[in-house]
Amino acid sequence: MSGTALRISDALVRRIQAHGVETYPHECCGALLGNDSEAGRETLDLVPLANRRNDSPRNRFEVTPEDVRMAEKKAKDLKLEVIGWYHSHPDAPARPSEFDREHAWPWYSYIIVSVQQREPRDTKSWRLRDDRAAYDPEAIESVAQSASI
Amino acid sequence: MAVKVIIPTPLRPYTSKKESVELQAATVSEALASLTTLFGELKKHLYSDDGKLRSFVNVYVNDEDIRYLRGDQTPLREGDILSIVPSIAGGTQN
Ligand SMILES: [Zn+2]
Repeated sequence: MSGTALRISDALVRRIQAHGVETYPHECCGALLGNDSEAGRETLDLVPLANRRNDSPRNRFEVTPEDVRMAEKKAKDLKLEVIGWYHSHPDAPARPSEFDREHAWPWYSYIIVSVQQREPRDTKSWRLRDDRAAYDPEAIESVAQSASI
Repeated sequence: MAVKVIIPTPLRPYTSKKESVELQAATVSEALASLTTLFGELKKHLYSDDGKLRSFVNVYVNDEDIRYLRGDQTPLREGDILSIVPSIAGGTQN
Protein backbone atom coordinates (compact mmCIF):
# COMPACT_ATOMS: atom_id res chain seq x y z
CA MET A 1 0.00 0.00 0.00
CA SER A 2 2.98 2.33 0.28
CA GLY A 3 3.55 4.94 -2.36
CA THR A 4 -0.10 5.42 -3.19
CA ALA A 5 -1.34 8.88 -3.99
CA LEU A 6 -4.71 10.52 -4.31
CA ARG A 7 -5.25 13.23 -6.90
CA ILE A 8 -7.85 15.84 -5.96
CA SER A 9 -8.46 19.42 -7.04
CA ASP A 10 -7.95 22.29 -4.62
CA ALA A 11 -11.60 23.20 -5.19
CA LEU A 12 -12.78 19.83 -3.87
CA VAL A 13 -10.42 20.03 -0.90
CA ARG A 14 -11.90 23.43 -0.10
CA ARG A 15 -15.43 21.95 -0.28
CA ILE A 16 -14.43 19.25 2.23
CA GLN A 17 -12.94 21.89 4.52
CA ALA A 18 -16.04 24.08 4.17
CA HIS A 19 -18.24 21.12 5.13
CA GLY A 20 -16.12 20.58 8.25
CA VAL A 21 -16.45 24.25 9.18
CA GLU A 22 -20.19 24.21 8.55
CA THR A 23 -20.84 21.27 10.90
CA TYR A 24 -18.27 22.35 13.54
CA PRO A 25 -18.13 21.44 16.42
CA HIS A 26 -19.71 18.27 15.02
CA GLU A 27 -17.98 15.91 12.63
CA CYS A 28 -18.91 16.06 8.97
CA CYS A 29 -18.71 13.14 6.56
CA GLY A 30 -19.12 12.37 2.88
CA ALA A 31 -18.13 10.14 -0.01
CA LEU A 32 -15.24 10.61 -2.46
CA LEU A 33 -16.24 9.78 -6.03
CA GLY A 34 -13.66 9.14 -8.71
CA ASN A 35 -11.58 6.60 -10.55
CA ASP A 36 -9.06 4.01 -9.50
CA SER A 37 -6.90 2.45 -12.18
CA GLU A 38 -3.36 1.44 -13.01
CA ALA A 39 -2.76 5.11 -13.76
CA GLY A 40 -3.64 6.08 -10.19
CA ARG A 41 -6.52 7.28 -8.13
CA GLU A 42 -8.38 10.51 -8.64
CA THR A 43 -11.26 12.19 -6.80
CA LEU A 44 -13.64 13.95 -9.18
CA ASP A 45 -16.71 14.65 -7.07
CA LEU A 46 -18.09 14.51 -3.53
CA VAL A 47 -21.32 13.40 -1.94
CA PRO A 48 -21.68 15.27 1.37
CA LEU A 49 -23.67 13.13 3.81
CA ALA A 50 -25.47 13.58 7.11
CA ASN A 51 -23.62 12.34 10.18
CA ARG A 52 -25.96 9.65 11.57
CA ARG A 53 -24.31 9.54 15.00
CA ASN A 54 -26.84 11.87 16.62
CA ASP A 55 -25.86 10.58 20.05
CA SER A 56 -22.21 11.67 19.77
CA PRO A 57 -21.63 13.88 16.71
CA ARG A 58 -18.68 15.80 18.21
CA ASN A 59 -16.36 12.79 18.17
CA ARG A 60 -18.07 10.19 16.00
CA PHE A 61 -19.50 9.91 12.52
CA GLU A 62 -21.42 7.20 10.79
CA VAL A 63 -22.55 6.59 7.24
CA THR A 64 -25.37 4.02 7.13
CA PRO A 65 -25.42 1.23 4.54
CA GLU A 66 -28.41 2.97 2.95
CA ASP A 67 -26.32 6.13 2.50
CA VAL A 68 -23.42 4.05 1.19
CA ARG A 69 -25.71 2.52 -1.42
CA MET A 70 -27.06 5.95 -2.34
CA ALA A 71 -23.51 7.29 -2.79
CA GLU A 72 -22.63 4.25 -4.90
CA LYS A 73 -25.65 4.88 -7.09
CA LYS A 74 -24.68 8.54 -7.58
CA ALA A 75 -21.18 7.45 -8.48
CA LYS A 76 -22.49 4.91 -10.98
CA ASP A 77 -24.74 7.53 -12.61
CA LEU A 78 -21.62 9.66 -13.16
CA LYS A 79 -19.66 6.61 -14.40
CA LEU A 80 -17.43 6.92 -11.33
CA GLU A 81 -16.99 4.80 -8.22
CA VAL A 82 -16.82 5.45 -4.50
CA ILE A 83 -13.07 5.49 -3.87
CA GLY A 84 -13.18 6.67 -0.29
CA TRP A 85 -14.69 8.81 2.44
CA TYR A 86 -13.97 12.06 4.20
CA HIS A 87 -14.69 13.23 7.71
CA SER A 88 -13.60 16.03 10.03
CA HIS A 89 -11.80 16.01 13.35
CA PRO A 90 -13.09 19.03 15.29
CA ASP A 91 -10.26 20.39 17.44
CA ALA A 92 -8.14 17.31 16.81
CA PRO A 93 -5.32 16.45 14.39
CA ALA A 94 -5.94 15.12 10.86
CA ARG A 95 -4.73 11.64 11.66
CA PRO A 96 -6.83 8.52 12.18
CA SER A 97 -7.84 7.62 15.69
CA GLU A 98 -7.78 4.10 17.07
CA PHE A 99 -11.57 4.15 16.65
CA ASP A 100 -11.09 5.04 12.97
CA ARG A 101 -8.71 2.12 12.50
CA GLU A 102 -10.99 -0.39 14.19
CA HIS A 103 -13.85 0.60 11.88
CA ALA A 104 -11.88 1.03 8.67
CA TRP A 105 -12.23 -0.77 5.39
CA PRO A 106 -9.18 -1.56 3.31
CA TRP A 107 -8.69 -0.03 -0.16
CA TYR A 108 -10.73 3.14 0.47
CA SER A 109 -8.98 6.51 0.78
CA TYR A 110 -9.90 8.20 4.05
CA ILE A 111 -9.51 11.98 3.95
CA ILE A 112 -9.50 13.66 7.36
CA VAL A 113 -9.74 17.43 7.77
CA SER A 114 -8.74 18.96 11.06
CA VAL A 115 -10.97 21.89 12.05
CA GLN A 116 -9.57 23.96 14.91
CA GLN A 117 -11.82 26.62 16.42
CA ARG A 118 -13.93 26.68 13.22
CA GLU A 119 -10.81 27.11 11.03
CA PRO A 120 -9.80 24.31 8.62
CA ARG A 121 -6.21 23.18 9.17
CA ASP A 122 -4.44 20.08 7.87
CA THR A 123 -6.20 17.88 5.34
CA LYS A 124 -4.68 14.45 4.94
CA SER A 125 -5.47 11.15 3.30
CA TRP A 126 -4.93 7.68 4.77
CA ARG A 127 -5.28 4.05 3.79
CA LEU A 128 -5.64 1.02 6.01
CA ARG A 129 -2.95 -1.64 5.74
CA ASP A 130 -3.96 -5.09 4.49
CA ASP A 131 -3.35 -6.57 7.93
CA ARG A 132 -5.49 -3.84 9.60
CA ALA A 133 -2.63 -3.05 11.99
CA ALA A 134 -2.33 0.63 11.06
CA TYR A 135 -3.12 3.36 8.58
CA ASP A 136 -0.50 4.56 6.12
CA PRO A 137 -0.46 8.15 4.90
CA GLU A 138 -1.50 8.60 1.28
CA ALA A 139 0.00 11.58 -0.53
CA ILE A 140 -2.52 14.15 -1.74
CA GLU A 141 -1.58 15.35 -5.22
CA SER A 142 -3.24 18.62 -5.83
CA VAL A 143 -4.54 19.14 -9.37
CA ALA A 144 -5.68 22.54 -10.58
CA GLN A 145 -9.02 21.39 -11.94
CA SER A 146 -10.89 18.13 -12.16
CA ALA A 147 -9.98 16.52 -15.47
CA SER A 148 -13.39 15.36 -16.69
CA ILE A 149 -17.04 15.99 -15.76
CA MET B 1 -28.63 -23.81 -3.00
CA ALA B 2 -26.67 -21.90 -5.60
CA VAL B 3 -26.46 -18.25 -4.55
CA LYS B 4 -24.51 -15.22 -5.66
CA VAL B 5 -22.55 -12.96 -3.30
CA ILE B 6 -21.86 -9.38 -4.40
CA ILE B 7 -18.45 -8.22 -3.17
CA PRO B 8 -18.06 -4.52 -2.27
CA THR B 9 -15.23 -2.62 -3.99
CA PRO B 10 -12.94 -2.42 -0.92
CA LEU B 11 -12.91 -6.22 -0.61
CA ARG B 12 -12.27 -7.02 -4.27
CA PRO B 13 -8.49 -6.94 -3.81
CA TYR B 14 -9.02 -10.11 -1.76
CA THR B 15 -11.32 -11.91 -4.23
CA SER B 16 -9.02 -11.77 -7.26
CA LYS B 17 -10.96 -8.61 -8.26
CA LYS B 18 -14.19 -10.60 -8.65
CA GLU B 19 -17.30 -8.45 -8.28
CA SER B 20 -19.43 -11.44 -7.39
CA VAL B 21 -18.91 -15.03 -6.36
CA GLU B 22 -21.30 -17.94 -6.89
CA LEU B 23 -21.38 -20.62 -4.26
CA GLN B 24 -23.56 -23.24 -2.56
CA ALA B 25 -25.10 -22.40 0.81
CA ALA B 26 -28.30 -23.02 2.78
CA THR B 27 -27.93 -20.03 5.13
CA VAL B 28 -26.20 -16.65 5.20
CA SER B 29 -23.75 -18.02 7.74
CA GLU B 30 -22.84 -20.90 5.40
CA ALA B 31 -22.45 -18.54 2.47
CA LEU B 32 -20.01 -16.30 4.37
CA ALA B 33 -18.10 -19.30 5.70
CA SER B 34 -17.79 -20.68 2.19
CA LEU B 35 -16.70 -17.27 0.87
CA THR B 36 -13.95 -16.91 3.48
CA THR B 37 -12.81 -20.46 2.78
CA LEU B 38 -12.44 -19.57 -0.89
CA PHE B 39 -10.75 -16.25 -0.11
CA GLY B 40 -8.96 -16.52 3.22
CA GLU B 41 -7.78 -12.92 3.34
CA LEU B 42 -11.39 -11.71 3.56
CA LYS B 43 -11.78 -13.18 7.00
CA LYS B 44 -10.07 -10.47 9.04
CA HIS B 45 -12.03 -7.75 7.29
CA LEU B 46 -15.42 -9.44 7.77
CA TYR B 47 -14.98 -10.92 11.24
CA SER B 48 -13.52 -9.54 14.46
CA ASP B 49 -11.07 -11.59 16.51
CA ASP B 50 -13.91 -13.11 18.55
CA GLY B 51 -15.42 -14.53 15.36
CA LYS B 52 -18.37 -12.13 15.11
CA LEU B 53 -19.32 -10.32 11.93
CA ARG B 54 -17.88 -6.80 12.27
CA SER B 55 -20.39 -4.09 13.17
CA PHE B 56 -19.77 -2.20 9.94
CA VAL B 57 -20.33 -5.24 7.71
CA ASN B 58 -23.93 -5.37 6.52
CA VAL B 59 -25.44 -8.26 4.62
CA TYR B 60 -28.52 -8.02 2.45
CA VAL B 61 -30.45 -10.92 0.96
CA ASN B 62 -32.23 -9.69 -2.15
CA ASP B 63 -32.19 -6.11 -0.82
CA GLU B 64 -33.41 -7.03 2.69
CA ASP B 65 -31.00 -6.39 5.58
CA ILE B 66 -30.46 -9.70 7.41
CA ARG B 67 -30.88 -7.82 10.71
CA TYR B 68 -34.58 -7.66 9.82
CA LEU B 69 -34.65 -11.31 8.75
CA ARG B 70 -33.05 -14.04 10.82
CA GLY B 71 -29.54 -12.66 10.99
CA ASP B 72 -26.85 -14.99 9.74
CA GLN B 73 -29.28 -17.91 10.20
CA THR B 74 -31.45 -16.48 7.40
CA PRO B 75 -32.22 -19.39 5.05
CA LEU B 76 -31.32 -19.02 1.39
CA ARG B 77 -33.19 -20.11 -1.70
CA GLU B 78 -31.86 -21.06 -5.09
CA GLY B 79 -30.81 -17.93 -6.98
CA ASP B 80 -30.75 -15.59 -3.96
CA ILE B 81 -28.41 -12.63 -4.18
CA LEU B 82 -26.41 -11.67 -1.10
CA SER B 83 -24.84 -8.24 -0.99
CA ILE B 84 -22.10 -7.27 1.46
CA VAL B 85 -22.60 -3.54 2.02
CA PRO B 86 -20.22 -1.39 4.06
CA SER B 87 -21.23 1.13 6.62
CA ILE B 88 -18.60 3.72 7.44
CA ALA B 89 -17.75 4.89 10.92
CA GLY B 90 -15.02 6.70 12.74
CA GLY B 91 -14.24 9.73 14.81
CA THR B 92 -11.62 11.45 16.89
CA GLN B 93 -9.76 9.79 19.71
CA ASN B 94 -12.18 10.18 22.60
ZN1 LIG C 1 -11.60 10.10 12.54
